[in-house]
Amino acid sequence: MDPILLARIQFAANISFHILFPTITIALGWVLLFLKLRFDKTGDAAWMDAYKFWVKVFALSFALGVVSGVTMSFQFGTNWPGFMERVGNIAGPLLAYEVLTAFFLEASFLAVMLFGYGRVPNRIHTLATLLVAGGTSASAFWIIVLNSWMHTPVGYEIRDGVVHATDWMAIIFNPSMPYRLAHMMLASGLTVSFLMAGLSAWRWLRGDHSPGVVRALKTGVVLGAILIPIQMFAGDAHGLNTLKHQPQKIAAMEGIWHTERGPGLVLFAVPDAATQTNKYEIKIPLLGSLILTHSLDGEVKGISEFGDNHPPVAPVFYAFRIMVGVGVLMLLVSWWGVWTIRKRGITPWLARVLVGMTFSGWVATLAGWYVTEIGRQPWLVTGILRTGEAAGPVAATTILGSLIMYLALYAALLLAYILTLMHLARRPAAHEPEKLGGPDTLKPVPAE
Amino acid sequence: MDTLPPGAWLPITFAVLMAVAMLLYAVLDGFDLGVGILLRATEDEPTRDRMVASIGPFWDANETWLVLGVGLLLVAFPAAHGLILTALYIPVALMLMGLILRGVAFEFRAKAPAPQKPRWDMVFQGGSIIAAFSQGWMLGSYILGFAEGWLAFGFAMLTGVFTVSAYALIGACWLVWRGEGALQLLAAQWARRALYISWAGVLVVSATTPIVSPRIFERWFSLPELLGLAPIPLATGGLFLLLHIFLRRFPRVDNSLDWVPFAATAAIFVLCFQGLAYSFWPYVVPEKLTIFAAASAPESLKIILVGALAVLPMIGLYTFFIWRIFGGKARELRYY
Repeated sequence: MDPILLARIQFAANISFHILFPTITIALGWVLLFLKLRFDKTGDAAWMDAYKFWVKVFALSFALGVVSGVTMSFQFGTNWPGFMERVGNIAGPLLAYEVLTAFFLEASFLAVMLFGYGRVPNRIHTLATLLVAGGTSASAFWIIVLNSWMHTPVGYEIRDGVVHATDWMAIIFNPSMPYRLAHMMLASGLTVSFLMAGLSAWRWLRGDHSPGVVRALKTGVVLGAILIPIQMFAGDAHGLNTLKHQPQKIAAMEGIWHTERGPGLVLFAVPDAATQTNKYEIKIPLLGSLILTHSLDGEVKGISEFGDNHPPVAPVFYAFRIMVGVGVLMLLVSWWGVWTIRKRGITPWLARVLVGMTFSGWVATLAGWYVTEIGRQPWLVTGILRTGEAAGPVAATTILGSLIMYLALYAALLLAYILTLMHLARRPAAHEPEKLGGPDTLKPVPAE
Repeated sequence: MDTLPPGAWLPITFAVLMAVAMLLYAVLDGFDLGVGILLRATEDEPTRDRMVASIGPFWDANETWLVLGVGLLLVAFPAAHGLILTALYIPVALMLMGLILRGVAFEFRAKAPAPQKPRWDMVFQGGSIIAAFSQGWMLGSYILGFAEGWLAFGFAMLTGVFTVSAYALIGACWLVWRGEGALQLLAAQWARRALYISWAGVLVVSATTPIVSPRIFERWFSLPELLGLAPIPLATGGLFLLLHIFLRRFPRVDNSLDWVPFAATAAIFVLCFQGLAYSFWPYVVPEKLTIFAAASAPESLKIILVGALAVLPMIGLYTFFIWRIFGGKARELRYY
């Protein structure tokens, strides 16, 4: 088997598994801060009940995010040594800043956030929640900066085949960074709002109608209803930015094989790379042009213009439709949810639909990242480094072995994660806090 | 090493930073992993809970030193990073699996249904052992300059076992410091057992490095260097003796010196690390690549250094704060 393909599958598996958890923790940190501040202000125990439940979800997700993230930092070296050799002068400082400004901060104050309640003054506990939320967002910022630079590299020069930084402000605020950052932060917010609504709805359906559960459900639905239109706007802006800098990706997303003036919007099709055509195409005339160029007769470049420098069409095309489809579903469900709750309160049907949407954010986020990352191929860093050039000398059989190990591990952990979430959700909202261990029979320690 | 290349201060600074991060990792996550290795040495579930509670607030930040260490290798010495990590592909993959298992077991053993808890304890211990063993494997392989063949492999396996024992030692000493009552007595017992294996490990590694590398032999066993270096092995030996005596006379009447074994073990880690660093300087890949040849462009190193100098004191400050909050004898940890 091809070692490069195996290394790509391994990295894709790793990063797909990893992104599930930061997608939750980035926004959940801020939601926890919101719950905590509401509690501090109102003294209403329902807010704290919600906090206590969701901080456990945070802890679990955070642990999975950390361990899978550590794995990735090593895989740069084990599988893609060419990446750091060519662009290490740019990627290195950005990654270093992530570790220095974010990782230590969140890892340290997470302990106070999880175990500090009762040991430190309430205000310090709220501050720790703020610092953890800030840390996860800072981490997201730096990694999005690096990823965006890989899509739209600027502020560098190449000397002796190695990339050197010339303008750090340009590198950090590279053309696609603000759009990607906004898109990802909103995606995280949506993932958390549907997770909160879905898991709370599941508890509600099981008969737990306690205020903490209802509060979390409503918070989730309302947050989703607010964020989804903003996300659609941000996604559109990101698309226009991509059209400007990576037109081949847009061509693949829209299934446009040949340059067209005033193209339609392809709702569904089966792209066929061999004949460079779409089969079974369903399309709305002129709408594609309206969305992409904001005019009825704008020109959109087709795949055939780009020679070999274009991504495979089918995966990008399908992933894009999955992402948009889930987004539309989110809009319908959250708005219907807000309307229903205002009219009639929580109903069993609403709760069932919300349970069905629990992990919808994961689906959309993964699909979105597949669009943008596969859409960058064959480049690892646009115009600078091809993916194949970055691969290391490790034998295919070795990679296959580690790949199988990772896949088995990730499948098992994902299952354990979801089962544990369900187990946590089965317990009533207000109950004895569980300890990091179980019941404590050792000699009691007097409080300080 | 008579004349340094111009601009050498940058690679040297980064080599020192990286070494400090790795050393801090070995000491800090060393005791976490050590506690994990020892977790199932007791059948008693509450004792296990207390053991986990003693490291619960720290392990995450401790593991971050590994990310910083390998991150600095990655950003400051990209060429070496590629060489080292591809040469160590299998132990790295194993270590990551171990760290993943250990890290998630923290959360799962507390949150999964009670009947599954013993299973997560096994995952916790297994992950800790795998991670420690593969780190030792990497160390052995690194010492031999990534040599291949059965002998080199055997040596790496041996350093793997020694590392498990060294981590068990520092983990047990941590529990002597942070534990009480029955747990503390158990920990002292575990520490004694791990002590002798670790002692043997240090001797074997110290004997092997000069044998396999004439350059390292030259560096240690020529005059006057030998006299200047003698304090390193002497102090290490003295600390082992101190541990031996202290642990044999345990328990003491009062708890005021419970921290001594941990501090002594940490000091042994520092001395061993210093010995290794002296042996391999200025190579980042033994006998192949020096830190000067492997270093990134100065403009990139400088911008990282600015950030590191600004942020590291803050990291130190809040790490101190966290250690204060969770200082003293380990108490049970409650979520929220």
